[in-house]
Amino acid sequence: MPQTRKTTSFEPSAHGREIWGTTIFDGNAARRGYPLNKMCFSFNEAHNRTEFLRDENAYCRKYGLDEAQREAVRRRDVLALIAAGGNIYYLAKLAGIFGLNVQDIGAQQTGRSVEDFRAMLRAAGD
Amino acid sequence: MARIVGGIGTSHIPAIGIAMAKQQCEDPYWRPFFQAYGPVRNWLEAVQPTVAIVIYNDHGLNFFLDKMPAFAIGAAAEYRNADEGWGLPTLTPFPGDTAFSWHLIESLSAADFDLTTCQEMLVDHGFVVPMQLMWPNTPAWPVRTIPIHVNTVQHPLPTPRRCLKFGEALGQAIASWPQDERVVVLGTGGLSHQLDGRRAGFINKPFDLYCLEKIERDPEALARYSIRDLVELAGTQGPELIQWLVMRGALGSAVRRLESNYQVPISNTGSGLLLLETAA
Repeated sequence: MPQTRKTTSFEPSAHGREIWGTTIFDGNAARRGYPLNKMCFSFNEAHNRTEFLRDENAYCRKYGLDEAQREAVRRRDVLALIAAGGNIYYLAKLAGIFGLNVQDIGAQQTGRSVEDFRAMLRAAGD
Repeated sequence: MARIVGGIGTSHIPAIGIAMAKQQCEDPYWRPFFQAYGPVRNWLEAVQPTVAIVIYNDHGLNFFLDKMPAFAIGAAAEYRNADEGWGLPTLTPFPGDTAFSWHLIESLSAADFDLTTCQEMLVDHGFVVPMQLMWPNTPAWPVRTIPIHVNTVQHPLPTPRRCLKFGEALGQAIASWPQDERVVVLGTGGLSHQLDGRRAGFINKPFDLYCLEKIERDPEALARYSIRDLVELAGTQGPELIQWLVMRGALGSAVRRLESNYQVPISNTGSGLLLLETAA
């Protein structure tokens, strides 16, 4: 995968070009994702996690998720959740409900097996 | 007078706390990582700090996106952690020092840094994991603590330059506290990592090693970056480096490096450890 400027000089850049495979969680994303992130924030409380598991759709409705957000939650699709304004720290609390850790969601987002994703992380040390 | 005895840069990822809870520190994967903390713990034992000021970012426990401060400081008598959504165990509360907190708030405000003040504050893994790394298996925390949160969640984030200057003002604020305290400043997070997007798993070892060198000898070199630069060079969560810059700024110009370590990968990160002693 493209890894920009990995071994080049570390001069600050003058441009603001988009970074491949990367979403900056800015005001637009924060506005777009507010209901989704608010729902995920509620998972700090164990009783909310239980309520979500009891009736996922009802819980998403309660927080006013739009259709794209609800569909992304239904599919456990991290890239779609980010496209719908999800912030990874809040999404991590949702992923935790399904027993997924950061390697699991890294593998999912990069289209690799978890073993391949871990191998890629190890290769970063070479 | 209060005196800064040193600063420590350290990772704060949840996987470390989980490995400690599961007693996996001697596993081949974790052993080199935890071993590097031995000399740091020995140093803490020798210098006996009385207060730890912990620079970290809240990851959605105490602060939600309804109100997101750029800088926030604890001013509570004690700080508690919580399960953060994953069922993490709650620990012995961390003692605070409200008088010292309010002194820092007053001094920093006079130096043009206006902080959100928190008389109640839950601390998440960004604060808790470094405390556990410094003082493992302790029945009672041997230091009073002051948490300082820097927003690295919702852009725009404070610039690296501003964080270095904030650290400098923090150092002056600490030095002007008349109580006789030995203060250690923990700068936490990083180094390069990216949890989200198709570039998830991005780690930049050469840049991490460059940062470890520059944070010690030439932090101004890191203050030149924009946050966007840090995202490009160190991943979406790479800007946590600004918390190290706050720590470094507080130490003043002359420091001695006592320990440095770099492990990759630790979970999804390049993990740095740096112990800097203030040179009198």
